[in-house]
Amino acid sequence: MRPKSKYFKKDLPLYMANEKVIANISRATRIAADKRRNSIECIKNWEEMREAGHRIRKSVIDNIRSNLDEFEKNAVRNGIIVKRAKNALEANEIAVEIANEHQAKRIVKSKSMITEEIGYNDYMIKRDYEVVETDLGEYILQLAGESPSHLIGPAMHKSRVDIAELFNKKLKIPYSEDPQFLTRAARNILREKFLSADLGVTGANFGIVENGSIVIVENEGNARMCFTLPKVHIAFIGMERLIPKVNDLGLFMTLLSQSANGQKLTSYISLMKGPRSASSYDGAEKRYYIIVDNGRSSFLDDDYLKQALYCIRCSACYNVCPVYQNIGGHAYGWVYQGPIGAVITPQFLGLENAVALPFASSLCGSCTDVCPVKIPLHHLLLYQRNRIVKSGNTSSLEKSSMKAFTSIGKSDKKFNRVIKLGRVMQNLIPFGAFVRGWSRSRELPRIANTTFHEWWDSVAKNGKSPN
Amino acid sequence: MAKKVHLFIPCFVDALYPSVGISTVNILREFGCEIIYPEKQTCCGQPAFNSGYFGEAVILANNFLNLFSDAEYVVAPSGSCITMCKNMYGQLELGGKEREIWQSNSTKFFELTDFLINVLKIDSWKGTFPAKVTYHDSCHALRELHIKNQPRKFLQSIKGLELTEMENSETCCGFGGTFSVKFPAISTAMVRNKSKWIIESGAEVVTSSDSSCLMNINGFLERNAFPVKTMHIAELLWTAYKNRQEDQ
Repeated sequence: MRPKSKYFKKDLPLYMANEKVIANISRATRIAADKRRNSIECIKNWEEMREAGHRIRKSVIDNIRSNLDEFEKNAVRNGIIVKRAKNALEANEIAVEIANEHQAKRIVKSKSMITEEIGYNDYMIKRDYEVVETDLGEYILQLAGESPSHLIGPAMHKSRVDIAELFNKKLKIPYSEDPQFLTRAARNILREKFLSADLGVTGANFGIVENGSIVIVENEGNARMCFTLPKVHIAFIGMERLIPKVNDLGLFMTLLSQSANGQKLTSYISLMKGPRSASSYDGAEKRYYIIVDNGRSSFLDDDYLKQALYCIRCSACYNVCPVYQNIGGHAYGWVYQGPIGAVITPQFLGLENAVALPFASSLCGSCTDVCPVKIPLHHLLLYQRNRIVKSGNTSSLEKSSMKAFTSIGKSDKKFNRVIKLGRVMQNLIPFGAFVRGWSRSRELPRIANTTFHEWWDSVAKNGKSPN
Repeated sequence: MAKKVHLFIPCFVDALYPSVGISTVNILREFGCEIIYPEKQTCCGQPAFNSGYFGEAVILANNFLNLFSDAEYVVAPSGSCITMCKNMYGQLELGGKEREIWQSNSTKFFELTDFLINVLKIDSWKGTFPAKVTYHDSCHALRELHIKNQPRKFLQSIKGLELTEMENSETCCGFGGTFSVKFPAISTAMVRNKSKWIIESGAEVVTSSDSSCLMNINGFLERNAFPVKTMHIAELLWTAYKNRQEDQ
């Protein structure tokens, strides 16, 4: 998708004005966050699990090059064809080559953020391939011509009524708000697509270094169809999505699904090792991994920022974020949203193309609190703010205000003089004019007739305070 | 034994909410503390730090640390400003001498209620305050300093006070320093939600460990003429204490 994060501030009012969408998102995220909290309360060693998750992800990222080589070597041994793509274009070109080699025209696909990131669907559709999203949420969005607004619930911004209207219009089925009816309608169409598809495309939640297999978790079972029914399967894998061992899977399954919405485990967990063997009943005959960098390497040079690569895309930080709840996912202007999106988007797109995102946070820290792999998200937001300031991407008015503030703060004499001056001036000039955004919805406080400093100096200094 | 306390009054509390500072002094003195108030103190540097101006923040942080260099305990009526000194200074490139001061002091920064409970070992609050009160968890106090039960413990022990929890007491009020000015629409949406939960709790008074949250919340409540008063926890505790009854 074309990034719009650069215009975050300008476009924000449009997104916030859509009260229906905000209400849908606000409700859905709260439900997910509540389920998460209630479910985690029953896990005694949750904090130790988070620690372990952090430690393991750190070890993977610290040695990502050798881990990738090992993963690739083991995958190749299993009969998988492994390609590496430096950027989105390379990844898409490789994908087209594979499609052409197998004369694939109809492609079924299950939810994958990395294909959103590289714009896979558009790339293929422009070249006359049919790409069909098969997960219900993504299918809804494909019909509506929209992009995901959430990691786990991509169509979270849509209400049941929205979907009923959409299906009525696009699928020419009778209007109904019954979820079962709507799901069945989609399923009838998609089953047909699955059975006639030439190629299946999925993402991967994890790649396991020690045996080269990948793990896909889902609740609908469509990914499983995507990699078993068509003859050819491509898995797009973000280069950071590795875990060392099969034995780590129990931990990460729990961290991921509990954090997402309090599920103990997802309905389907698939481990996939290689293409169909002579003795298998089903499965793709050819399997490809396309391991995508697309800017991830640039995180590795920065010891602090690279913690953002620990992310396992659970969406817990989205669900608890009061900013996300009030603006929705689309406002962020790109595929990754919420707190983690505000941290990584400026790195993926360039600081100057997402300059406002790290600042659009009250730094409340609820994201850091819930992150299953203990990424210090709100500290990373601060870190990104500092990088943006250092890169010169802030206004000169702001720079000079900060300089002035510091120079006043350095001297108590100046500081107290400014307060005294302000006390007089507040009666002459409406201060609200300087902070319109604040005063449009809120009263401004007033500078007190006697500051604490003055009170201390005149009344309380000698050790006895009058009550 | 009487404790020697270096008092840190955040810059905006000094100018806008002196009664919060005064209540803090009164409380600490009442419980036998000797107060040292370094009069040259200004700002801890948080506004610059939160805006990404780490270079500017360092200047104020160094200044601050030098003023508090011989402190045994630094106490402030603010979870947020204590968080800045206690947790965030570590992220700054402090001067060599200042880093030493910070490292030797780092466990001794206390938010007021935390200090009263965990250092002075006061486990209930003698006082009377006949009102329905709700407590807003300030983000920094809650998540950075892990202050959750300390203020509630006091509130629950005050005679006549009915503590009524609001829904989502842990959700941010939307202040966030410069955030509230840079993104007023998001900030307003957040304080609107917060105010709704406060009102729904049926409380007459909303209290918190941080004047910054209360400034934001009060600004919204006042603009909309909602009949809930904001009162910093120090002011509430001191008012209740003054009204304590003989038998308590």
